[in-house]
Amino acid sequence: MLSSPFISRPLAVNQIMLRVLLALLPGIALYVWYFGPAILVSLTVASLTALATEALMLKLRGRPLKPFLSDNSALLTAWLLALSVPPLAPWWLVVIGVAFAIAVAKQLYGGLGSNPFNPAMIGYAVLIISFPHEMTHWLSPQALGSIHLSFADQMSYVFRHTLPPGLTLDAITMSTPLDTLKTQLHLGHSVSEIRELPIYGRLAGQGSEMVAVGFALGGLYLLFTRIISWHLPLVYLGTLFALAGIFHLFDPAHYVTPLFHWFSGAAMIGAFFILTDPISSPTTTKGKVIFAAGAGILTYLIRVFGGFPDGMAFATILMNLCVPIIDAYTQPAIFGQKDANK
Amino acid sequence: MRRLFTFHGGIHPPTNKTQSTTQPIARVPLPAELVISLHQHAGEAAKPVVQVGERVLKGQLIGAPVGGFSAAVHAPTSGTVSAIELETVAHPSSLPELCITLRVDGKEEWAARHAVDYRTLCNAELQQHLRAQGVVGLGGAAFPCDMKLRHAIPVATLILNGAECEPYITCDDMLMRERAAEIVRGAEILRHALDAKEVLFGIEDNKPEAIAAMQRAIDDGGLPFEVVAVPTIYPGGSAKHLIKVLTGREVPSGKLPTDIGVQCFNVGTTYAIKRACDDGEPLIARVVTVTGNVAQPRNYEALIGTHFAELITASEELPGTNRYIMGGPMMGLELPTANVPLVKASNCVIVASDALFPPQPAPLPCIRCTRCVQACPAELQPQDLYWFAQSNNFGKAQEFHLFDCIECGACAYVCPSSIPLVHYYRYAKSEIRARDQEKRAADLARERHEFRQLRIEREKQEKAERLAQKERATAKAVTETAAVPTPTGPVAAGDDTQQLHINAALERAKAQAAAAHPKNIDHLTPEQQAEIAVIEARRATIHDIAADAGADDEPPKQS
Repeated sequence: MLSSPFISRPLAVNQIMLRVLLALLPGIALYVWYFGPAILVSLTVASLTALATEALMLKLRGRPLKPFLSDNSALLTAWLLALSVPPLAPWWLVVIGVAFAIAVAKQLYGGLGSNPFNPAMIGYAVLIISFPHEMTHWLSPQALGSIHLSFADQMSYVFRHTLPPGLTLDAITMSTPLDTLKTQLHLGHSVSEIRELPIYGRLAGQGSEMVAVGFALGGLYLLFTRIISWHLPLVYLGTLFALAGIFHLFDPAHYVTPLFHWFSGAAMIGAFFILTDPISSPTTTKGKVIFAAGAGILTYLIRVFGGFPDGMAFATILMNLCVPIIDAYTQPAIFGQKDANK
Repeated sequence: MRRLFTFHGGIHPPTNKTQSTTQPIARVPLPAELVISLHQHAGEAAKPVVQVGERVLKGQLIGAPVGGFSAAVHAPTSGTVSAIELETVAHPSSLPELCITLRVDGKEEWAARHAVDYRTLCNAELQQHLRAQGVVGLGGAAFPCDMKLRHAIPVATLILNGAECEPYITCDDMLMRERAAEIVRGAEILRHALDAKEVLFGIEDNKPEAIAAMQRAIDDGGLPFEVVAVPTIYPGGSAKHLIKVLTGREVPSGKLPTDIGVQCFNVGTTYAIKRACDDGEPLIARVVTVTGNVAQPRNYEALIGTHFAELITASEELPGTNRYIMGGPMMGLELPTANVPLVKASNCVIVASDALFPPQPAPLPCIRCTRCVQACPAELQPQDLYWFAQSNNFGKAQEFHLFDCIECGACAYVCPSSIPLVHYYRYAKSEIRARDQEKRAADLARERHEFRQLRIEREKQEKAERLAQKERATAKAVTETAAVPTPTGPVAAGDDTQQLHINAALERAKAQAAAAHPKNIDHLTPEQQAEIAVIEARRATIHDIAADAGADDEPPKQS
């Protein structure tokens, strides 16, 4: 016999996760529009891998399958990771990343609710460290090249590693706008020269900037439906903007605009979908601000001064590490104790 | 317009109040039997002052308060005491309580009623009167009313709590609609006793009829009281939160409202206070809502001790009922059966069915989403408290203010993982209390043991000292005897052995005297002698003090 309350009207975990998945759809739609449907295949492969790995691990751990397979959290991890991997990457890359994320980063830590790190970001880190070559071949936006790769051709490369005769991988892929920027700056070009390159659009990378806009739209939906609190995305984007703005004002020839940072790489999807993972982020308001600001600073530092083209994943993981201590030191005053703390 | 304040958190569950407000407060026929619990209030249980077989009159004292934190219990009607036994009552522990069973004679014969004129009473006298009349808080906690009149600093604001924020419950609402004048009168009694500057009625704005009725009663009485419609939000009727909404002030954690010059009384209690003073009637009946899976949801004015089953029958229970809840759905308590008696704290009974209260889904792990933090009116971190409670980390739970949790259930209401959070908090609280008690008992046992050891040791020493003194005294006596010149001349031959004994004893006495006396005090200067005298005096005083302390057989106080 359980005690009161006898009524409840929650938004259940699987509903929350489902809404986050739905919020990814505008970004995914724009992805398909600009880069072709290969990403849908990645998403499918990732989803199937995630569910299979989750089921296997739950069985090994002796946990019930149904409630945990239907909570949609494995799907969310799968989608976030699939969206961080080049769509033309070989199928096994996605499988390894997702399997590692679910099996090690999530289930070995105790499953739903117990993972200290964002599983998708752990999967991404494993992939970028282990398979840097495969992780850098991003599709050029379809509007860019004269060569169009049909869906069948894309699939043939993903699953059989063969391209139509006469095509090389370099002809259809490119490095990311952030990566290109870094390389070109190293070669001594100025920001304004680099931005003239055809891969760049109005804000950041041609095509990818629009995908980021799609993620931002989905993120705003999550904000307004209160699925996520505003602290994490706004403080993260604000910090990134401020830091990029200072450097840009100081030396515009070497440092791109804050908007470029916002709309390139994983900044938008990170701000609204990755940092906001409740399990691996702080619970206190002050803690959320510190966490997001820290992630913003780390993202910028890794992007501009670090060895990797994007810093979102490592910034998230590093800040995930700090969550227990952030929470411990940011406990707010309770009702009736505010005056005492003044 | 009065400026209102808000508190953090809170939820908006469906109120489900209109079902039970369509009909006026009714009465049920006099039951054949009443079972009156002797522990229906916070504090010590009352002790029975009647015998089995004794005839009692309506309003006669049958249970006397025990100690300062207790309340009197009276016979709700006239009849004969048929049993004084342990009975099942509405209590979370389901443990039986001592109850007086009354066989009702139906004559409703009153004992002498002691009406008082509140204007002639000071605060302390009113406390005494309310204590004698068994008036306790009717809002749910059943806190003895006399204790709520005590205050260290002047009470500036008196708040009458008519918020009634729990879903389903409408007993205060109906009472305010029907008996507003009496409630206002009760408020005037309290205002007089507390000498409050300001009197506010806090009523949630989903009760417009009650607000209008109270306003009319105040206007009719020409009193400077104010009715304030407060926003409907659960748990806006919690005293501390109503105080925050009306005054903007937070009662400090661990303190009472009177510590900030505010006191809060439920309107039902205020009505009972009026009856106790003007009419001299002790608290023997209350208004209770019967709602849920019944054909006639409504309020009854029922005698304390009436079985819930009688009220439920009067409201016609519908099929599909699977349990009964006393109180509201947020903080209420599942009754073991419908056959338990109404107590002073029973504001509502909900006849529950799966249709009204669908079973909760199986809980999932916490995902730290902090929806509970957003809902918590005590501004706690429910997800952390849950974590500490379920891992039996009680020290940490206390550090995170577990005991500031008011168990309102807002956190569990919004939890996406459907975790019965409050259940965990209750578990942790009771574990901590039990361990505290155990620890206190163990500490006491250890202290007693240590003191016993100390006492045995001391007694040994004292005994040794006494023995030494006695021997010294004997030795001295012997020496003195020896100093007396023995008769000279031939000693009888038969005395030889005796003489030898005496000599030996003398030798021993000398040796003992030599051992007992410090050898270096023979040639002392007067200064040295004086010093020794002072030291000796001090030792004697210390010895006396030690002897005194030992006399009152108490464990040594820990500093």
